[in-house]
Amino acid sequence: MLLSELRRGDKAIIDSFTDYEASLKLLEMGCIPGEKVEIIRIAPLGDPIAIMVAGYLLSMRKEEAAVVVVRKLIA
Amino acid sequence: MSSASLHIALVGNPNSGKSTVFNALTGLNQKVANFPGVTVDKKIGSATLISEDGKKINAEFIDLPGIYSLYPKSIDEEIPFRILCDPNNELHPDAAIIVADGTNLKRNFFLCSQVLDLKIPVVLVINMADMMRDKGLQVDFAAVSEKLGVHVIPMNARKGEGLEELKKTLTKKLTVPHHDFLDIRSYAPEVVDGIRATINASSNYDAFLAANNLHIITDFEMTKLKKDKIRQLCEMHHFDSKQMQARESIERYKKISSLMNDTVKQSGALRKSYTHAIDNILTHRIFGYAIFLAILFIIFQFIFAFASYPMDLIDSGFAWLNGKVKEALPAGLINDLIVNGILAGLNGIVVFIPQIALLFFFIAILEDTGYMARASFIMDKLMRRFGLNGKSVIPLMSGVACAVPAIMSTRTIQNWKERLITIFVTPLMSCSARLPVYTLLIALIIPNRYYYGINLQGMVLMFMYLIGFFAAIGSAWVLKKMIKAKERSYFMMELPLYRVPRWSTIGLHIIEKVKLFLFDAGKVIISISIILWVLSSFAPGSSFNDIETKYQQPVYASMPPQDIEKKIQSEKLEASYAGIMGRVIEPAIKPIGFDWKIGIALITSFAAREVFVGTMSTIYSVGNEGTTQLTLKEKMKNEINPDTGLPRYTFAVGLSLMLFYAFAMQCMSTIAVVFRETKGSRWPILQFIYMFALAYVSSLVAYQLLKP
Repeated sequence: MLLSELRRGDKAIIDSFTDYEASLKLLEMGCIPGEKVEIIRIAPLGDPIAIMVAGYLLSMRKEEAAVVVVRKLIA
Repeated sequence: MSSASLHIALVGNPNSGKSTVFNALTGLNQKVANFPGVTVDKKIGSATLISEDGKKINAEFIDLPGIYSLYPKSIDEEIPFRILCDPNNELHPDAAIIVADGTNLKRNFFLCSQVLDLKIPVVLVINMADMMRDKGLQVDFAAVSEKLGVHVIPMNARKGEGLEELKKTLTKKLTVPHHDFLDIRSYAPEVVDGIRATINASSNYDAFLAANNLHIITDFEMTKLKKDKIRQLCEMHHFDSKQMQARESIERYKKISSLMNDTVKQSGALRKSYTHAIDNILTHRIFGYAIFLAILFIIFQFIFAFASYPMDLIDSGFAWLNGKVKEALPAGLINDLIVNGILAGLNGIVVFIPQIALLFFFIAILEDTGYMARASFIMDKLMRRFGLNGKSVIPLMSGVACAVPAIMSTRTIQNWKERLITIFVTPLMSCSARLPVYTLLIALIIPNRYYYGINLQGMVLMFMYLIGFFAAIGSAWVLKKMIKAKERSYFMMELPLYRVPRWSTIGLHIIEKVKLFLFDAGKVIISISIILWVLSSFAPGSSFNDIETKYQQPVYASMPPQDIEKKIQSEKLEASYAGIMGRVIEPAIKPIGFDWKIGIALITSFAAREVFVGTMSTIYSVGNEGTTQLTLKEKMKNEINPDTGLPRYTFAVGLSLMLFYAFAMQCMSTIAVVFRETKGSRWPILQFIYMFALAYVSSLVAYQLLKP
């Protein structure tokens, strides 16, 4: 499942990336494999999204979230 | 370089409070210059530090642009890399202060650990001590200091807590960590060693970065020969830069996690923060937009309503000064140059200050509280369709007041392509300088009638504003398709915790922006103002003398001197180089319905659109009394077109003229600011040509379709 497909409130663990180049920036921002993320909110028009990762709130466009493969955690 | 004996760079993440630390250290002893060749301001400040044994040390601080890592993703981010990683860079510091946001240590430690591995002497400031307490975060600063091998100072920069300790620490011999935080050499020992043998690298990591960032290192920074050598080394040892970066990031975060396990404790349950509650309202699908609109509304009310008082004061101040200078100096060319050339130009610059200061006051508050990030969060998708960014909304809307501060405010857009498009289209928004032109022309060609209780003139005025808006949005869409982005575009940004704005930071920010405008844009404005003065004050041969002599004839003796003066001025303008240029361009502007008189006004109002009304007054020799607009309107109404024998200002001509003023770039202040913000003449020239073409074509279409 991709990070961009999660709904508000969903929690997940980052697994891997589909795009090497795009992953570099994500990694620097603390989105590393094994890290827990939570979808905190989604902008009213459905894009961008804001996630809690590494202890802070990070917003990104859906196209950027679409390179992150995650394992969704069952609440 | 300056005489300071200690050069210190401040480095840190955006929102880490780096600038607050910089302001606390240097106060008003700041100056802003440019980094050569890029659109980034170089903020430098100085302070005198007193060491423990009482010695005074002059220190110079440089506030580097906020970054997340030493792998630059944009031109702005290249600056810290170039300065910190190249020991031969003229701005390479003696020491660095790393500012980390204490509430967000994990991500802040990432950059921190990279800078540590450069082996530059550093002090680590862990900022926002107050908010850490609120969050229940307890950091064992001594343990962090021991593990990293550097001085660590907890600070609350807003309140100045920890400032004295920081200053004192800077005077000590700063240490460089003994060991690498991350053993980068083990990734590619041959490459790292080979690079260190080739260039002057400060550490293993510095050598590693040189290999990864080789594509942005200029020939000036490193000879082609050396770059080729590094390239060969990388190829020989199968050095895969991207894979290396990914591995480095992952392992850095692992090390940071273990560091934090040992030194940071979270006490008490983590409660949902007030930030979350505020966000629920401010990014709500209805309230979010309503509040955003309300904030915009308030900002423009302030800019329109309150900026006009100081602006009128400035205008009347200059009028008074003009009068005094005119009297004090002997009549003649110098007098005229000072009054109509230099003072007029200065007036044109200074009059913008209230608007700039007010707009940046509000923008600084929006930025500083953390609201700006939310505004772009909710607006981004809408704006992206047109190649713009969520943050483009503020500049675009500010363009309704004045394009100059609006363009300066695009700095908040990190993405260069989206920022450029915003700069490019903002002058199409109908600014306040177009208002006098619209008012005059609408009064001239649109009957003052009501339809279903709606005033027709008001409708047309609104239509002109809408045309500007749609032209801006449409042009943005076209540009989006045309401009190729060199850099990969990222929107990723932190949504920072909400904070109370720091008034001193906001004050410094406003001063900085006003200074930038006064000195950088001011130079261009004054020069163009003087050129325009020359064009309208000189005429070939003796034509000015002939006019003077003509009116000295006894025939005119019975005319009131004031009227004669007006007639002389009007005829002189016609005879001047500007007047000649008006006639020269007449064939070119005839197809859009303009005559040479309008041509003169087009030339003189190149400086600023509102000059149109003044020039028309001079041409039709109307005085400068309060009734100017009314009498001018009458005179223009009675003007007959010699070709048709009908009134000159028909609906077609009036509309064509309004469209021309709506689209053409007739504002030297805007050109000067675009020149400054894009660091070159390419974009202002393209923008000028584009807007002129748009103006000409739409005027042509309107006139040819509507002419009787």
